[in-house]
Amino acid sequence: MFEHYLSLFIRAVFVENMALAFFLGMCTFLAISKKVQTALGLGIAVVVVLTITVPVNNLILHNLLDEGALAWTGIAALETLDMRFLGLLCYIGVIAAIVQILEMTLDRYVPALYNALGIFLPLITVNCAILGGVLFMVERHYTFTESVVFGFGSGVGWALAIVLLAAIREKLKYSDVPDGLKGLGITFIVVGLMSLGFMSFAGVQL
Amino acid sequence: MADEKAKDVLFAPIFNNNPIALQILGICSALAITTTLVTTVTMCLAVIFVLTCSNFFISVVRSHVPANIRIIVQMTIITSLVIVVDQFLQAYAYDISRQLSVFVGLIITNCIILGRAEAFAMNHSPVLSAVDGFGNALGYSVVLLFVGINREFFGSGSLMGMQILQPVTEGGWYYTNGLMLLPPSAFFLIGGFIWLLRAWRTEQVEEQPFEIAPNSRVSEAF
Repeated sequence: MFEHYLSLFIRAVFVENMALAFFLGMCTFLAISKKVQTALGLGIAVVVVLTITVPVNNLILHNLLDEGALAWTGIAALETLDMRFLGLLCYIGVIAAIVQILEMTLDRYVPALYNALGIFLPLITVNCAILGGVLFMVERHYTFTESVVFGFGSGVGWALAIVLLAAIREKLKYSDVPDGLKGLGITFIVVGLMSLGFMSFAGVQL
Repeated sequence: MADEKAKDVLFAPIFNNNPIALQILGICSALAITTTLVTTVTMCLAVIFVLTCSNFFISVVRSHVPANIRIIVQMTIITSLVIVVDQFLQAYAYDISRQLSVFVGLIITNCIILGRAEAFAMNHSPVLSAVDGFGNALGYSVVLLFVGINREFFGSGSLMGMQILQPVTEGGWYYTNGLMLLPPSAFFLIGGFIWLLRAWRTEQVEEQPFEIAPNSRVSEAF
């Protein structure tokens, strides 16, 4: 049982890396990877939010939206109700709400972390890595425990990728790049090379 | 005057102010689905529909929405439109919908849409906003089609599922380029697209944050 979860975790971090294999969270990934310090802050924020939102949405899917999920209410009319078409609206609402709650909680109880994350926390709502993680959880029919492991793992994978990219870009500042490739262009090519590197993890099984 | 402006709004995003190549918007949900042209075209149509409608509707309600809850209102409008697209695809193009998997839903968090809503639709008239949405979606589609055509053509020797180059595995002569079907190729292609675009429109080249000093001459070193 433990091995199953470990394998899921390793897959989420390396083999199916959110940023490098599925292109999720690309906008922030490219825009906020100029410095290792800020990249690390954003990475941690993504890990925290993914670890919370994926399991919460898992509960919502299985207890409210799925076909027959409302059977616990005991009302006959609800027993065959399938509300999965409302899924997208619920997920994004939950994500926005959790990010907001997290922001207020951190501000009240852990001001140091709150200050470190700063502007990144509210921005995470529209980071596709979060909604992507939730949708993958729905599509692959994860159980509750699996969704916790998957949420955490994919967050760690994303954070790892952005910190690595930031480290490369810090060094890249000193190189002499052709005019048209400066900035965004060369970043894309670097990300492509990193993605190639991560491809070599494909097929790793524990 | 008004016509002139609408034309600018429509065509500026395609090459001059391309959402992907210059504004770094909307790269997120797009790249994984460019391995075949069919899914690429579907995705482009979906984004064109959602972006045009969302800009229009957000602009219609813009003066009735208090500033501090505007993001939620915008998200609700965008999500409703995406649900329409998602349900439509599931009903009429189930296979393509399976291939696109989570990426239809991810149109919601495509930053182009929220970005254009914030930057344009919130302070322009509905019709002009719809035109802006359409233009930006076209700019997005140009990049996506460029990537999609290259990946399918070189990756499997076909376009829209029609075989053009006969691959070796089916008795032809073309050795398919497997790299094109893997995720990294999309990054290289977009990098290349940006390079081409900026070689043509040199004013888009980014400024270096500082100058690299020339190497010191041998005579100076002693």
